Amino acid sequence: MSEEMYKEMAQSIIDGDSDKSVELAQKAIEIQMHPLDAITKGFVVGVNYIGDQFGKGEAFLPELVMAGEAMKAAVATLDPELRKLGEAREIMGRVVLATVEGDIHEIGKTLVGTMLSASGFEVYDIGVDAPADKIIGKAIEVDANIIGMSALLTTTMVRQREVIDELEKEGLRGKFKVIVGGAPITREWYEKIKADGYSEDAIGAVKLAKELVGKE
Amino acid sequence: MQPKLTLLSDELIDRVLEEAYELLRCPGIKVQNPEAWELLAEAGAAIHPENQVIGIPASLVHKALESAPREFYLYDYDGNPTIHYGGDSVHFDPGSSGITMLNPETLEHETTETQHLLRLIKVAEQLAQYDAQSTAVICHDVPKEIQDSYRLYLVLLHSKKPIVTGAFTNKTVQEMIDMLALFAGGAAASRAKPRAIFDVCPAPPLIWSNFGAGNLIALARAGVPAEIVSVPLSGAAAPVTMLGTITQHTAECLAGIIIHQLARAGSPIVWGGAAAIFDMRKGATPMGAVETAMLDCSYAQVAKSLGMPTHTYLGATDSKLVDAQAGLESGISAMVGALSGINMISGSGMLDFLACHSAEKLVIDAEGIAMAKRMLDGVNLHTDTLATGFYDDKINFKGGDFLKQKITMQLFRKEQHLPSAIIDRDSMRGWKEAGSLDTFSRAKVIVNELLASYRRPEIDSGKIDRLHAFILDFAKKAGAEQLPTLEDYQPA
Ligand code: B12
Repeated sequence: MSEEMYKEMAQSIIDGDSDKSVELAQKAIEIQMHPLDAITKGFVVGVNYIGDQFGKGEAFLPELVMAGEAMKAAVATLDPELRKLGEAREIMGRVVLATVEGDIHEIGKTLVGTMLSASGFEVYDIGVDAPADKIIGKAIEVDANIIGMSALLTTTMVRQREVIDELEKEGLRGKFKVIVGGAPITREWYEKIKADGYSEDAIGAVKLAKELVGKE
Repeated sequence: MQPKLTLLSDELIDRVLEEAYELLRCPGIKVQNPEAWELLAEAGAAIHPENQVIGIPASLVHKALESAPREFYLYDYDGNPTIHYGGDSVHFDPGSSGITMLNPETLEHETTETQHLLRLIKVAEQLAQYDAQSTAVICHDVPKEIQDSYRLYLVLLHSKKPIVTGAFTNKTVQEMIDMLALFAGGAAASRAKPRAIFDVCPAPPLIWSNFGAGNLIALARAGVPAEIVSVPLSGAAAPVTMLGTITQHTAECLAGIIIHQLARAGSPIVWGGAAAIFDMRKGATPMGAVETAMLDCSYAQVAKSLGMPTHTYLGATDSKLVDAQAGLESGISAMVGALSGINMISGSGMLDFLACHSAEKLVIDAEGIAMAKRMLDGVNLHTDTLATGFYDDKINFKGGDFLKQKITMQLFRKEQHLPSAIIDRDSMRGWKEAGSLDTFSRAKVIVNELLASYRRPEIDSGKIDRLHAFILDFAKKAGAEQLPTLEDYQPA
C-alpha cells in the first residue's frame, strides 16, 4: 500500500502536478503515514529523478521548475504535521541568493535558486540590485550556510568582493560560505576575492553547494 | 525592388498592438525611476505606488508616437550622414560590450583589455560592411568607474565611423553624452549631427528599471539618439509563444518611447531589441537560434507598421569557437535581419551568447553581411531584353561564349558580389598551394593584414587632447594615475 503511494507521490512531482502532490500529502496525513517517509521515500524520489534527467539533457527547465513547485506545495502541506511531531525535515542547507547592487540580471540567479531548491536546499532569493547590508542581513536572519551572489556586469562584479570584505570586517566571514557566479565570473576572480567557490552554470552550483555543506 | 521577409499578417500585427495597449494598461508597467514616474503621473497615467506599477492609457501612446521622429541620421567624424535610421535601410555593426575575446592561437576566451578593443576597432574600421563601430568590449585594465566611457574614448580616437554604444549606469551615460558633445564642439552640434546612438534596456517582463528609464531620460534631454533594446526571453522572462513575446516586446518598447518622448518630445528613438528564446535544456539565451531571428523579424514588422526606425541583435552565434555552427548561425541570422529591413543589426563578431568577441569572426561575418547586402540588392533589370539580346552571331552554342561578350565584362561586377579571401572558390590545386587553409585560418591571415594596414584616421588633435584630459580626470578620480599607453597616440 505505502509502496504504491510512494510511487504516486514521486510521479506527481515528475508530472509537476501540485494539485496531485498536495492531495497525496493530505492523504498521507489522513492515513498517518510519517511525514518524513512521505517526503524522503515519496516526493524526493521524484525530484531526484527529474534532476538527474535534467542533468542528462532529457528533462527540460519547465519540467524541473514545475517539479520544484509541486515539491514545495507537498512539503508545505506536510510541514505543520512535522512540527506537531516536533521534527523537522532535514535540509541540505540554507542559501541566501541575490544579484548584487547595480545589477538587474535576474534569470541566472533565479535558475540557480530553482536548482538548489529542487536539490533540497532552503533558498532565500532576495532579488536583484541587492546592497551588501541587505544580503548580509538576510544571511544572519535566516542563519544561512551559504551566500550566493550573481553579477553579470564587469562593473558590478566588484560588489561581490565588497560583500566578502564587509563580512570579514564584521567578523562574520567564517560563518558563511560564499559562492559567486555570472557571465564575467572566472576562477581567477573567485580566487582573488577569496570566495569559497564559483560555478558557470546551475548544475555546477548545486554540486558546489553540496560540497560546501559537506553533503556530496 | 528590395526583397522583404515578413512573418506576420497585417491582421496579426493589429492584434499584437491591441494586446500591447492592453498590457500597458493592465497589468501596466513597473517603473522604478522616480523621474519617469513623475513624468507618467503628470501625463495622466494611473499610478499604483504600492507595487511601483503604472497603468498607461492608449492616449499617451498615441501622443508619444506622434512626436517620435520617423527617421534620422548618424554622422561620421567628417559630418557626413552615413547611417539612415528609418524606412527599410539596413546597416550592420559589431556586437557590443563583450567581456572576453577569442585568442586565435590558444582558442582561450581571454578577459578583454585595451589591446583587444583596439584590435576590433582597427579591423572593423577597414571593413566596409560595418557601417558603424561599436564599443565592442570592456577594457578590464582601467578602473570600473570609467570602463564605460573609456571604450567610447578609444573608439573616438581610432575611428571615423558612427558609433553604437551604451552606458552601464545613470552617471556614466551623462559622462558619455558630455564626451560626445566635447568632441562635436558643443551639445548643440552633437544634437544636430549625432555621431553615436545608445542602447537602453527595459528589464523583462514589463519593467523600466531605475537605470534603464534614467538613461532614456538623460538621452532624450540631450537629444542624443537612444535605441531601446528590449530582451524578452520566450518562456522565461516572456510568454513561451512567439506572438506573446512579440506583444510583450511591443509593450516594453511603447512604454520606453512614452517615457522618452515625455522627457523631450521629438528626440530620436529606435524600436529595437535582442529578443530571444530561452533554451529549456541549458537555461541559456540563444542569439543564434532561428526562432530568435524570427522574433526579431516579427517585431520589426510591428515597428514598421508604426513607421518607427528599427534595431536588432543578429549575426551572432552561441558557439565558443569560430566554427561551422558560428558560420551557420551568424550567416543565416544576418540574412534574416537584412531581409527584414532592420535599420541597425548589431552582433557580428560575437560568440558565446554575446559574451565573447572575435576579430577573426568579424572578418568572416563581413562576408555573410556582404551576401545579405547582395541579396537586398535583389534581381535587377540591366538590359532591354532579358536574354534574347545576348544570343548574337558570336554565339556558337558553346559554353564559354558569353565570356567573350563585352556586356559580360561590363555587368558581372554589378551582378556578382566579389567575395574576399574568406570565401574559397579555388581549385583543389590552388587551395592546396595556398596552404590548405580553412575559413578560420584564412580569417587569421586577413586580420593580421588589416592590423598591419591600419592607420589611425586624421582627427583634430586639439579635440583628442581635450577628450584625453577629460577621461584622465575621471581615471584619477577613480584612483588610477594614468591611462594605458597607446601605440599610436601620445597625449600632448
Ligand atoms: C538577458 C540579458 C539582459 C536582460 C536581463 C533580464 C533579466 N530580467 O534578467 C536585460 C535586458 C535587462 C539586460 C540589461 C543589461 N545588460 Co545584459 N545581458 C543579458 C544576456 C543576453 C543574458 C543573461 C542571461 O539571462 N543569461 C541566461 C542565464 C541563465 O545565464 P547566467 O545569467 O549567465 O547564469 C548562469 C551562470 O552564470 C551561473 N550563475 C549565475 N549567477 C550565479 C550565482 C551563483 C552563486 C552561482 C554559483 C552561479 C551563478 O548559473 C546560471 C545558470 O546556468 C547577457 C549575455 C550573457 N552572455 O550573459 C547580457 C550581458 C550580461 N548584458 C550586458 C549589458 C552591457 C547590459 C546593459 C548594461 C545594457 C545596457 N546598455 O543597458 C544592461 C545592464 C543593466 C544593469 N544595470 O544590470 C553585457 C555585459 C557587459 C559587461 N561588460 O559586463 C552582456 C554580456 C551582453 C553584451 N555583450 O552586451 N541584460
